Amino acid sequence: MRVYELGLHASRTWDWLTTSPLFGITITVAAYALGRWLHERTRSPVFQPVLVAIVVIVAFLKITGVGYAEYLVGGSYVGFWLGAATVALALPLHHEWHLVKRAAAPITAGVLAGALVSITSAILLTEVAGGSRELQLTMAPKAATTPVSLALSTQIGGIPALTAALTILAGITGAILGPWILDRIGVTDLRARGIAMGSVTHGIGTARALQESRTEGAFSALCMGLTAVATSALVPLLLLTL
Amino acid sequence: MSNAPVLKGLLVLLTCQLAGEVAVRFTGVEFPGPVVGMLLFLVLLRTRKPADSSALVAAPSLLLRHLHLLFIPAGVGIVVYLGRIADDAWPLALGLWGSWLIGFVVTALVASGLLRTVKDHA
Repeated sequence: MRVYELGLHASRTWDWLTTSPLFGITITVAAYALGRWLHERTRSPVFQPVLVAIVVIVAFLKITGVGYAEYLVGGSYVGFWLGAATVALALPLHHEWHLVKRAAAPITAGVLAGALVSITSAILLTEVAGGSRELQLTMAPKAATTPVSLALSTQIGGIPALTAALTILAGITGAILGPWILDRIGVTDLRARGIAMGSVTHGIGTARALQESRTEGAFSALCMGLTAVATSALVPLLLLTL
Repeated sequence: MSNAPVLKGLLVLLTCQLAGEVAVRFTGVEFPGPVVGMLLFLVLLRTRKPADSSALVAAPSLLLRHLHLLFIPAGVGIVVYLGRIADDAWPLALGLWGSWLIGFVVTALVASGLLRTVKDHA
């Protein structure tokens, strides 16, 4: 076999690799496994598996020059299950229903306060720091779960894909810092912790809340859903004055 | 735990999601279909009250155990905006983290204050 033939095979193999779903799926699962391993080894909340995996994959794509669209050929098979997993969040809710139904008023108040403050402060702080109107609108819906924040951003004239990225960053921030901040401000009630996690850090925070306790996870899952409703209603309303 | 119950559970989850997705499109409401699916599945769980060994518990437990894995592909999407994020680093950082912190602390304090009146200690 001549050298140029080997080179040809290598380039064909690489082309196959980067366009096959197998590539995106394998790298996603591998990066997640690495993240979990690091998290278990270090026990540090900074090493959230989701953050480690994203950093590793982004670095890998940058180094190899593989585009996001090519990665998504496989990555979207993994991301697809997010919808079914959202449906699955009814399970902790069902198990903790006796606690949830008695806390209807605090849940409603927490979600409304969270949505109001999140939207208003997102717009005002981005403006204060010199962000354009487009950037303020991109930031406004970031506390709602990704499909909602994305749709709202489109509706009000933000940059939808950037909103999705910011939403996920807000979630990761919550997964890392959320429980620590709740300890610092003395919020020990698992129900209140869940309400805060779900209202401000959506699904990624809810996954973290589920690791702490089933009660916290159940309240978080419910508030994630309610925040989606509240944000959809409040963003257009608040934009009339902000 | 055999494989068959997990399969049946996955089918139920997908069917709930499908019903939710179809419902929001059919009614033209701007709302995530999976969240409607979650409410449908909750109604199912409340009425059927399945045992812990049931398919209706096994499948969602499996997905929830690795919930973070499923967010990774969307999160990697940030790679497309690295340049834009660097250009607008300061407004994005203050808007994101400042607002996140205020929203989080206010929600936690409002909820925990009001929950003092509801005497379930979880």
